[in-house]
Amino acid sequence: MEQIDIKGLEVSVNGKKVLNGVDLSVQKGKIHVLMGPNGSGKSTLANVIMGNPKYAVNAGSIEFDGEDVLKLKVNERAKKGIFLAFQEPVEISGVNTMNFLVTAHTNLRGKNPELRKEIMKKMGELNLSELFLKRSLNEGFSGGEKKRFELLQVMLLKPKIAILDEIDSGMDIDSVRMLGEITKKLSEDTGFLMITHNDHILDHIKPDMVSIMKDGKIIRSGDYQLIEQIKKEGYGKLI
Amino acid sequence: MEKIEFDYSKYDFKNSTAKYKILFNEGLSEEVVRKISKLKNEPEWMTEFRTNAYKFFVKRPVPEWGADLSKINFENITYFARATDKKTNNWNDLPDDIRETYDKLGIPEAEKKSLSGVEVMYESEVVYNSIKKDLEELGVIFCDTDTAIREYPEIVKKYFGKVISPNDNKFAALNSAVWSGGSFIYVPKGVKVPMPLQAYFRINAANMGQFERTLIIADEGADVTYIEGCTAPVYSKDSLHAAVVEVIAHKNAHVKYITVQNWSSDVYNLVTKRAFAYENSFVEWIDANMGSKVTEKYPSVYLMEPGAKSNVLSVALANKGQHQDTGTKAVHLAPNTSSVIRSKSICLNGGRTTYRGLVKVKKGATDVKSSTRCDALIFDDISRTDTYPYMEIDEEESTISHEASVGKIGDEQLFYLESRGLSELEAINMIVLGFIAEFVDELPIEFAVEFNRLIKINMEGAVG
Repeated sequence: MEQIDIKGLEVSVNGKKVLNGVDLSVQKGKIHVLMGPNGSGKSTLANVIMGNPKYAVNAGSIEFDGEDVLKLKVNERAKKGIFLAFQEPVEISGVNTMNFLVTAHTNLRGKNPELRKEIMKKMGELNLSELFLKRSLNEGFSGGEKKRFELLQVMLLKPKIAILDEIDSGMDIDSVRMLGEITKKLSEDTGFLMITHNDHILDHIKPDMVSIMKDGKIIRSGDYQLIEQIKKEGYGKLI
Repeated sequence: MEKIEFDYSKYDFKNSTAKYKILFNEGLSEEVVRKISKLKNEPEWMTEFRTNAYKFFVKRPVPEWGADLSKINFENITYFARATDKKTNNWNDLPDDIRETYDKLGIPEAEKKSLSGVEVMYESEVVYNSIKKDLEELGVIFCDTDTAIREYPEIVKKYFGKVISPNDNKFAALNSAVWSGGSFIYVPKGVKVPMPLQAYFRINAANMGQFERTLIIADEGADVTYIEGCTAPVYSKDSLHAAVVEVIAHKNAHVKYITVQNWSSDVYNLVTKRAFAYENSFVEWIDANMGSKVTEKYPSVYLMEPGAKSNVLSVALANKGQHQDTGTKAVHLAPNTSSVIRSKSICLNGGRTTYRGLVKVKKGATDVKSSTRCDALIFDDISRTDTYPYMEIDEEESTISHEASVGKIGDEQLFYLESRGLSELEAINMIVLGFIAEFVDELPIEFAVEFNRLIKINMEGAVG
C-alpha cells in the first residue's frame, strides 16, 4: 500500500516543544500539500520523518506500511523508500557530486551501469549543467540550482515517499512550472508531501490533499474543495 | 552501534628473526656505532662522520618543545639487524618470508604497472633494488645509500650531511651515527624520470630501530617523483624510526617527494627532512602521517636562489593514543621565491594533531610570496588540535598570508548523507575523504586508491 501514517506526534528540540500532536498521512500516488507560516513546524515534521537526531520525539508514532519508522536509523528509512529534499542542502567540500550520486544510487537502488547516461538526461530536463558533476557537493550552486539538484535526486532515486521541503522557494517561475510537471509525472509511483508557504505551486499541480499547520499542529485539512478555497482566497485567511 | 571492519592484518604480521644473519643486542654506545661502520666496510671519513655525530647525540637533550618523547629508552632499542646477506634485483632470490611480506603489501605488482624503480628496506638494510633499464642507461642512479658510498663516493661525499648537519637536532645526530640503508637518487642534467621511484620501509622485529638515510640529487633541469611507504607489525614495546632525508634540486629541477606513513601505533617516528632549492627549481613535499604513536616531522624547503618554489601539502590523522606533531618550514633566502603550505589534520578518539610551521624571509629576499593554510577536522571533545604558525619576516617587500580553520564534523552533513542511504560510518568516510581530497589529487592514481583504503582503516572507532 506504501503509506506513511503519523499519529499524535509530539516533538521537542533543545527542550522546547515544536510539534504538539500531529496527525497526517502520505500515500503512494498522491500529492499532499502542507502549508503554513514560517516557524509553524513544517520543516521539523519533515526532519523528524527522515530521522534527524536533533529532534526528540516525545509521543506519537510514525508508521510506514505498518512498520515503526521511529525505530529505524536514518539510512534504513532511506532504504525503505523515504526521501527528504532538503530546504537548505548542505555543502560538503571535496565530495565529488558525481561520486555522491553514484554512492547514493548504489545504496538505495543498486548498481546501474547506465546511471551516468540517466543522470545526464535528467540534468538536461532540469536545465542543470553537467559541470555540476565535477564540483563538490552543493558547493558553488545557486539557491535555485540546489533545489533542482534535490529534485534530480528524487528522479534518480525513485523513492516511495518523497518529502519536498520548500523546494519551490528560490525557484523562478519557469522552474516552479517544471517542478509541477515533474512531480505530476513522478506521482504515479511516489507519494509526495510537498511543504510550501507559497500558494503559486497550486497553479501547477493538482494536490489530492492539503493540510495547514500552525503552532506545531494541523489546523485544517481537506481535499479539492479546500484547495479551491485557498487558490481563490490564499491560505492566509484560514490561519 | 555499527562496528567498523578494521583490517590491519595486511600490515600486521611478524616474521621470525631466528634466521637473521646479524641481530645486535639492544643498546647504544660508540662501540655500536663503530661496529656498524665496520660491518659495512666504510671509508674512514664515514666512520668519523658517525662517531662525531654520536657525540652530538649524547650531548643534546631529548627535545621537550613538542610531543612527549620522555618514554623513549634508547637502551631498549636494537640498532642494527641484517635479515639476509644478499641484496637482489630479483624478487625470487629473497628468502620466502621476506618476499611474501612484500607480496602481501602489493609492491612487485605495483612495480610492474606504474613505477620506474623500486627499493625495499627490511630492518636495517635494503634487500631488493631495481630500476628500469632505459633510465639506468640515461645515467639515473637509484640504489641504497650504502651501495652509493661504495660506488659513487664523489657524489655522495659532495652532498651527504650538507643539507642536514649531524648536529641539526638530536634525532638527526642519532641517524647520522647509526644510519643504514635508505635511498640514493641521482638524476642527471635534463633527465625526466617518467614514473615514480618507490621505496618501501618495513620494520619487522620488536624494539627495532630503523635509521634510513636518503639523499636525492636532481641535477639541472631534471625531474623526479619519489614515493615512500612504510609499515610495521603491532608490538606492545616501542620501536623507533629516525630517518634523515636530504634533497637537492638544482637549477630548473623538479623534485616531488611523497610519503605515506603508516607505522604501527607503537613506533616513534622522528624524521628530519629538508630540501635545498636552487634557481627556478621546484620542490614538493606531499606528506601523509596516519600511523605511529608519535610523529615529529617538519619537511622543509630552503629557497636558496631566485625563482625557487616550494609546495608542501600534508595530511595528519591522529586516532586514540597518537600524537602527530607535524608541519613545515619555508625559508626564503633569495628574492622572487615562493612557498605554498597546506595542512589538513584530523583527530578523533582522543588523538592529537599539532601543526608547527615556520615561514622565514631573510632581509633582502624581496618579492617573496608565501601562503599557509591549515585546516583541522575534529571529531569529539576528547581530541585536540593546535596550530603554531611561526613567522620571521625580515623583508618588508613580501606577500605573506596565513589562514587556519578548525571544524567539527558536521551533524547536518552526516544527516544529509545518511538520508541518501549511507551508514554513519560511510558518511564519515565520505566527509573525511572529501576533507583531504586535494591531497589525494596529488597522488598517482594507483596510490590514491590504496591511500583512501588506509585512511578508512585508520579511522577505526570513528563511530562510537
